Amino acid sequence: MKDLYFDTAHMLGTAVLLLSFALLFQRRISGVINTFALQATMLALAAAWQAFVQDAPHLYVTALVALLFKAVAIPVALHRIVRLLMIHRTVETALSIGLTMVVGVALVTLAILLVLPVTSDSAALTRENLALALSVVLLGLLMMITRRNAVTQVIGFMSLENGLILAAIGVSGMPLVVEMSVAFAVMVAFIIFGIFFFQIRERFDTLDLHYLESFRGERS
Amino acid sequence: MLIPILIALVPLLALGPATLIAPRSAAAHWGVYAGTAALSGLIAAAALSHLLLESSPQHAGLPIGLPWLTARFRLDSLSAFFLLVVNGGAAAAAAYGIGYGRHEREPERVLPAFPLFIAAMNLTLLADDAFSFLVSWETMSLTSWVLVLATHREPDTLRAAQLYLIMASGGTLLLLLAFGVLAQVTGGYDFDSIRTSALTPGAAALALALGFLGTGSKAGLVPLHAWLPLAHPAAPSHVSALMSGVMTKVALYGMVRILFDLVGEVPWWWGGIMMALGGATAVIGVLFATMEQDLKRLLAYSTVENIGIVVTGLGLAAAFRDNGMNEIAGLAFAAALLHILNHAVFKSLLFLGAGAVATATGTRDLGRLGGLIGRMPQTAFAMLVGAGAIAALPPLNGFVSEWLLFQAVLKGPLLPQWELKIAAAVVAALLALAAALAASCFVRAFGIAFLGRPRSPEAAAAVEVEPAMRWTLLALAALCLLLGVLPMLALTPMGRLGEAVIGAAAVRTDSSWLWLTPPAAGGNSYGGVIVLAVIAGFGVLTRIGIHNLASRRLRRAAPWACGFDAPVAPAQYSASSFAQPLRRVFASLVRAEERVEMPEPGDLRAARFASSWRDASWDLLYQPVGAAVGWLSLTLNQLQFLTIRKYLSLMFAALVGLLFLVAVTQ
Repeated sequence: MKDLYFDTAHMLGTAVLLLSFALLFQRRISGVINTFALQATMLALAAAWQAFVQDAPHLYVTALVALLFKAVAIPVALHRIVRLLMIHRTVETALSIGLTMVVGVALVTLAILLVLPVTSDSAALTRENLALALSVVLLGLLMMITRRNAVTQVIGFMSLENGLILAAIGVSGMPLVVEMSVAFAVMVAFIIFGIFFFQIRERFDTLDLHYLESFRGERS
Repeated sequence: MLIPILIALVPLLALGPATLIAPRSAAAHWGVYAGTAALSGLIAAAALSHLLLESSPQHAGLPIGLPWLTARFRLDSLSAFFLLVVNGGAAAAAAYGIGYGRHEREPERVLPAFPLFIAAMNLTLLADDAFSFLVSWETMSLTSWVLVLATHREPDTLRAAQLYLIMASGGTLLLLLAFGVLAQVTGGYDFDSIRTSALTPGAAALALALGFLGTGSKAGLVPLHAWLPLAHPAAPSHVSALMSGVMTKVALYGMVRILFDLVGEVPWWWGGIMMALGGATAVIGVLFATMEQDLKRLLAYSTVENIGIVVTGLGLAAAFRDNGMNEIAGLAFAAALLHILNHAVFKSLLFLGAGAVATATGTRDLGRLGGLIGRMPQTAFAMLVGAGAIAALPPLNGFVSEWLLFQAVLKGPLLPQWELKIAAAVVAALLALAAALAASCFVRAFGIAFLGRPRSPEAAAAVEVEPAMRWTLLALAALCLLLGVLPMLALTPMGRLGEAVIGAAAVRTDSSWLWLTPPAAGGNSYGGVIVLAVIAGFGVLTRIGIHNLASRRLRRAAPWACGFDAPVAPAQYSASSFAQPLRRVFASLVRAEERVEMPEPGDLRAARFASSWRDASWDLLYQPVGAAVGWLSLTLNQLQFLTIRKYLSLMFAALVGLLFLVAVTQ
């Protein structure tokens, strides 16, 4: 029975990581948003599974928050924004997709090499989980810096948050307050970014940060 | 004697700020100069008594600075010797300042910093932990920088002061790093724990290099010397005397303290490097001194030369000691220390004399001086003695220390390493060249400034300076003669110092005061009194011979006036024409250029001749470094204007880099 718990948790964590990679090779904005929704769903499942395994009912709340806000509300809102604002539908990359994937694999290797020796005295579940979570965080950061469009950057940021939550739920005894605050932080970030989008739209008629740079006088 | 010295430093520290109440009053003037002279004299006397009577170091801890730290002070024979040098020079400069300071246009810029500068130098010598040392060292740099800025109305001063500030900060940074290496991970910053801790050879070499460069940049080692001929002459003359005669000695103290005391074991190859750099410094310094047209800048370049001589002596001492030849090491070390003392005396004398000339004529340009010997006879006499001493003429003091140093250099073939054998031979040649060039340099300086006819109306109108200045000059000149005739007076007290630092003294303490016979010199000896007697005897004999034995037959002939037939000043030797042969010989080294502009036939313009020379360290070191710093700043400046994504990338790279470091170092 123990093995099943472990394997399932491991599988769900790996699914989150796999979807992080999937985020990196999407070429269309709608694909990115959908993949992010799927990742959030997987995160919710992982949280629910951990709630069941650890017998910690408050994690069900986390799972619910993740499912409702991140898997449903935010993707829907983003789809709306993209449609309403007539944002360019393709992902604009700063680093080609193939190279991004190579870097991503290197980052995952680094995360595993880093976490596994450091936490050698912890439970196996925590160790693997931490390695997966760190990989997700690094891939989220990678997405933020290799994609130009603001929407993809916001999604990269939220994917990074997913990694944090994945790390938090893997550790038994983490109080609910933390998860809630993380969820709210994401909410706040979403609102702020939403306002930001509209302002960019109003002022510059585009969401491409490239135009912002030329406005600031950094490019001619 | 440590406690009385520290007590004497308190009023010295208080004097400067106290003058701020009424900086232009006569009370401030007298208080600072007379007070500083008296206090420095007291400290010098205390240091001398320690050097003569005490053998064990004295310690004191004062609760100054951060609450959990004590500032440690220590008086041992090394710091006592340097205290004597520093406070002797300071007392002379302050006594001179009683007269000289009256001509100061803005005394409020000099008076507050003057005693602070001297107190900071004293504290540097007494410091027994890295914090006190560095704080005192930096205070010394900053107060002297303020003093340089006292002449801020002169056009070159600002540039000189800026360069000085940069070089001083750089030197302090190197020293900071050196102490960091010395203190190791355990972080014992008091000198006692640094002495006892053992360094790995790599760390020791790093500490040696950092300490040597840090103190060497302050002392004026080539190629770090270029700030010195700008900054030292820019200050008022009594401050120039302090900076050149005394502050460079504090830098050398730092070098001896770090190399021979804190690091302890200086390897022979490091001694070889010091010898080579010292020899190069000596020659290059004096070459530029020979070209220089400005009297005070000439003296500053000559300081560079003398620092080179001292560093050569220190390097020789290190090389001999590492090979177990303590006797010869003691000889070289004593030569270096004696030269430090001598240089402090004659360089103070020369700078103060240059100040007297500048006060009397209003110019330091050799091309506008001349004929001062008749107008300022006492100053001229004192300057003549100083020039003779710095040119190493017996029976003056400069000769003794250079003679001792040559005794040590000539033992170079005894060294086992072939590199050192060659280096010693080359260095001996370089030192001989430097000594010869120094003689020609000061023949030129004295001859152009004091002999011949005045080259400007100001020089023609010069009158002798006031007594306080003259008497200081004459006292220093007398000291030059005394130390030259009776060198044992200085060497005997230094015996204990040599034993403490190197393990051997140059002379036995019980040897006769008349003859200087270092046992390591293999039977060579020098008797100053005898030399003086012989010179005086020959002088009297010559005079008798000329007056009594020469033919009394009357002859009439047109006098030969050395080619100086027309009585016009420009027909004389000028400062640059005197230097021309050397400038041509060493043209590639001093980057000398001569240009003649001939007008076309039929054109009535006068032909023009222009000659120039240049300190190569500007082109080879200072400007490339300056350009590199400028390029780096411009490049880094672009970091201010990155895009958001690039800032994120930088953070990401830093994060990944650190994670990678953690992963690798586990």
